[in-house]
Amino acid sequence: MTARARWTTLSVIGAAAMLLPSLIGSSYVLSALIFVGLNAIAALGLTLVMGFAGQVSLGQAAFYAIGAYVSGVLSVSYGWNTWAALAASVLAGALIALLVGLPIFRLSGLLLAMATLGFGIIVYYVLVNWSAVTGGPSGLTGIPPLRIGPIRLDTDARVVRLVWICLLLLLGLTGNLMDSRVGRALRAIHGSEAAAQAAGIDTGRLKLGIFTLAGAMTALAGGLYAYYLAFVNPSPFSFAYSIELVLIVAVGGVGSLWGAPLGAAAVVGLVEGLRALLPHLTTSHGAAEYEIVVFGLVLMALMIALPQGLTGLSRRSA
Amino acid sequence: MTSGAELAQYLASGVVVGGVYALIALGFVIVYSVTRIINFAQGEWVMLGAFGMAALTARGWSAPVAFVLTVLMVAALGALLERAAIHPLRHASPLALLILTIGASIALRGGALLVWGTDPYPVPAFTAGPPLRVLGAVVIRQGLWVIAAGALVFAALWFFFTRTYTGIAVRACAINARAARLMGIRVDRAFLLAFALSGALGAIAGAVIAPITYATYDMGLMLGLKGFVAAVLGGLVSPPAAIAGGFFLGIVESFAAGLISSGYKDAVAFVVLIALCLAQVGGWLPWRISEEEAG
Amino acid sequence: MRFVIVLALAVLTALSAPSPFGRATPASAAEEPYKIGAIFSITGPGSSLGIPERDTAVMIETDVNARGGIKGPDGKLHPVKLVIYDDGSDETKAVLAAKKLIDEDRVTAIVGTTLSGTSLAITDAVQKAQIPMVSCAAAIKIVEPVAERRWIFKTPQSDHLIVAVLTDYLKAKGLTRIGWLNVDYAFGQLGWIEFEKAARELGLTVAANEKFGQKDVDMTAQLTRVKAANPQAVVIWSIPPSASIATKNYADLGLRAPLFQSHGIGNMKFIELAGPGANGVTFPAGKLLVAEQLADNDAQKSVLLTYARDFEARFGPRNTFGGHAWDAVQLAVRAMAKAGPDRAKVRDAIETTRNFVGITGIFDFSPSDHNGLDRRAVTMIQIVDGQWKLAR
Repeated sequence: MTARARWTTLSVIGAAAMLLPSLIGSSYVLSALIFVGLNAIAALGLTLVMGFAGQVSLGQAAFYAIGAYVSGVLSVSYGWNTWAALAASVLAGALIALLVGLPIFRLSGLLLAMATLGFGIIVYYVLVNWSAVTGGPSGLTGIPPLRIGPIRLDTDARVVRLVWICLLLLLGLTGNLMDSRVGRALRAIHGSEAAAQAAGIDTGRLKLGIFTLAGAMTALAGGLYAYYLAFVNPSPFSFAYSIELVLIVAVGGVGSLWGAPLGAAAVVGLVEGLRALLPHLTTSHGAAEYEIVVFGLVLMALMIALPQGLTGLSRRSA
Repeated sequence: MTSGAELAQYLASGVVVGGVYALIALGFVIVYSVTRIINFAQGEWVMLGAFGMAALTARGWSAPVAFVLTVLMVAALGALLERAAIHPLRHASPLALLILTIGASIALRGGALLVWGTDPYPVPAFTAGPPLRVLGAVVIRQGLWVIAAGALVFAALWFFFTRTYTGIAVRACAINARAARLMGIRVDRAFLLAFALSGALGAIAGAVIAPITYATYDMGLMLGLKGFVAAVLGGLVSPPAAIAGGFFLGIVESFAAGLISSGYKDAVAFVVLIALCLAQVGGWLPWRISEEEAG
Repeated sequence: MRFVIVLALAVLTALSAPSPFGRATPASAAEEPYKIGAIFSITGPGSSLGIPERDTAVMIETDVNARGGIKGPDGKLHPVKLVIYDDGSDETKAVLAAKKLIDEDRVTAIVGTTLSGTSLAITDAVQKAQIPMVSCAAAIKIVEPVAERRWIFKTPQSDHLIVAVLTDYLKAKGLTRIGWLNVDYAFGQLGWIEFEKAARELGLTVAANEKFGQKDVDMTAQLTRVKAANPQAVVIWSIPPSASIATKNYADLGLRAPLFQSHGIGNMKFIELAGPGANGVTFPAGKLLVAEQLADNDAQKSVLLTYARDFEARFGPRNTFGGHAWDAVQLAVRAMAKAGPDRAKVRDAIETTRNFVGITGIFDFSPSDHNGLDRRAVTMIQIVDGQWKLAR
């Protein structure tokens, strides 16, 4: 897709994102769209890491947590302006990704996956045990909403616009990045790392840069999550969420930036769809146990049918 | 001050838990070395092994019969997973295969929840009796069974992979699948066998630890994770190294809980893991914790 | 590209379209049903609590409808309809479930959630939507500060009530040097915070303070540290299976100090799993477990016996978690009988509920107390020969 076509598409979706909330009355649907957007922003960074730098991070939930907790702690305990706290959380995400990445991005393949997995779990235990700052396992309440002038971004209709504008901007900007010299270099690495190195590309620095960018984006999603829910606790940031992000990227497809929003929409849509549908197919109140079985089976069927993910489908049909 | 008896106790506890991790790690190693797939559902075999023992002994079967039946059934499930899901996708990317096994583990966990509910199920110890005392440390009898199971499984695997034709053929596939195929070895049979074996190993682990941990539908995730870490510590392709990795992880956790902070014990284990990964890249390790080249 | 847009639209439609099956109402329904929403952790780590809660809620729905329904303020009988969702013990899913109940199912009140984390995650949405909610989770932050929790109530006893009964008991028995262990999630942490506070006030010494994970397979390392501190009594604050494993390890290590635990072990499974090591364990809990042993003049006795009999006839051994849901659903049902399907009036009706004899205790709600319980809702129970006995 050319840059112009991409920005046109993004503008169309953006206009829809601005208009739709006024048409959709249900805060449930808006809320689902917010979580799709948050997951997509978090997964976008991981798509870059997996699809373009060719590495799997199994600890991405840690950056989501860092974003949520830096925003939450700075706004609640230190009374920071919420936007400043959000910016700080993005910076923190980038900085920590850089610091962590410096040593561990010398690893590759499984070792890197293991190191990121370990990092994710260490961050989780810090959240649980460092009660004086994080509130421990029971979390942090009373996080104020973001506000633009007098407008408090505390309704679903307002938050959904904010989240989707962030997502679309990031999609456009990362798209531009991928068209640039950096993007070509990254694709070269994905093709053959040795060849890229022979062509004079500093592959280590590029990968580290991508990891840092991913850390910042995931932290942004985490910060938005904290302001939306007004509450953070450690349990959403466990190993299971890191796996869910990998899942979203794989379902969406690693070959394209569109994989992140598509994967996020598919996973949230599947969970909510099953919730709506299954009670009608089984006994009225015993459905929840079936939901996870069916979710697992659908996931397997999806991967067997579309091993390249959803964006692989569009390439095949095109 | 920490007394000798306390240190002995940390070591004893660590060895028993480490034995559990080692058994689970072996399952990862068998599948990975033959198929290059990380089987995320490995922990679920452990869960099914524990439930198999719980369900069959509760129906009055004797422990040895229940054990054999359980291991056979889970091995069959492993084979089924390979035939139904892995085989059609065998040429797909490692990521797609990883997600496939994640899907399988979610479905298996949900199935266990449907069948057995959320309550933990007790399983009687293989041999009843009070715990033993070794050098001032308390060792429960089932702990000895865990270690014995590890040793027996290891011996059996060694015999299978070095002394039987099938085992040697499977190993050939692990080393070079293409060459093995040219030599007339059925590579897809090796895949099937690897998954069946991993099911059996997981079930053995689940069956011997169930008297200690009980059977719960969601026990597989954490145990699978720890077993995976142990397997990676051991390089993911070498059974003896995976066993060493399992014991190492169990002992580090136990000493971390005893000497540093019980709240951070899992975190400490992962700090050690990252340090080891980095040490390998730095070339400071006398052994390799992963067969892959560092980038 | 077209594919992307088509898919995006498809997802949007799927999310916004009403369920194709959902609108079929039986033609014979005499009166508009009263709808109550419920969110329980039927899967995930909270499921051992959430499933008995779900079972209890379904039982009440069946029983109320068997009697014809709720007699509303209009004098007519309305069938009660429970809409139950699973949150998978996950904060995000709980928020979506709450919004679905509020906006799509348009229920009058929400019962649940099961866990403190998920309850706190939905407080913001519930407050803004102005819908009454009765939580089955224990954390006091769910209902305090009351000024910011106008629409939210909860039925389990707050931790400080439970802990106060335990620490008074310890003090009365002359056990002042205590070893403490807790599970490393909210339940254990909140227990520790209250225990530390109460111990300071009563002059108890905390000789050891350890943690373990709910999925840990062995706690002997932590218990070895506790043993080395030589306490007069040990308290373990957790739920099965980790509470049972710790109890077994405690016996295996040969610790002799009397062992105390929390209300988290209030089901028969704990005794079954911990084996002989469970004997002698003493813990604070609601009266449900020892309903038969209560004095005949105890106001709760008949309610407790009826619930225990009904639940055990259908689902298996009683446990306190189902009791929390019984109280929550009954509160909603009673409030709707008084106020009809009007969210604000139902909230007022719950807040003005006095002397409601429930399973967890006798509730006296007020504008400044959205839990409504006092220390009479907690009693000390000891496990003797694998049975619960009122402790003296």
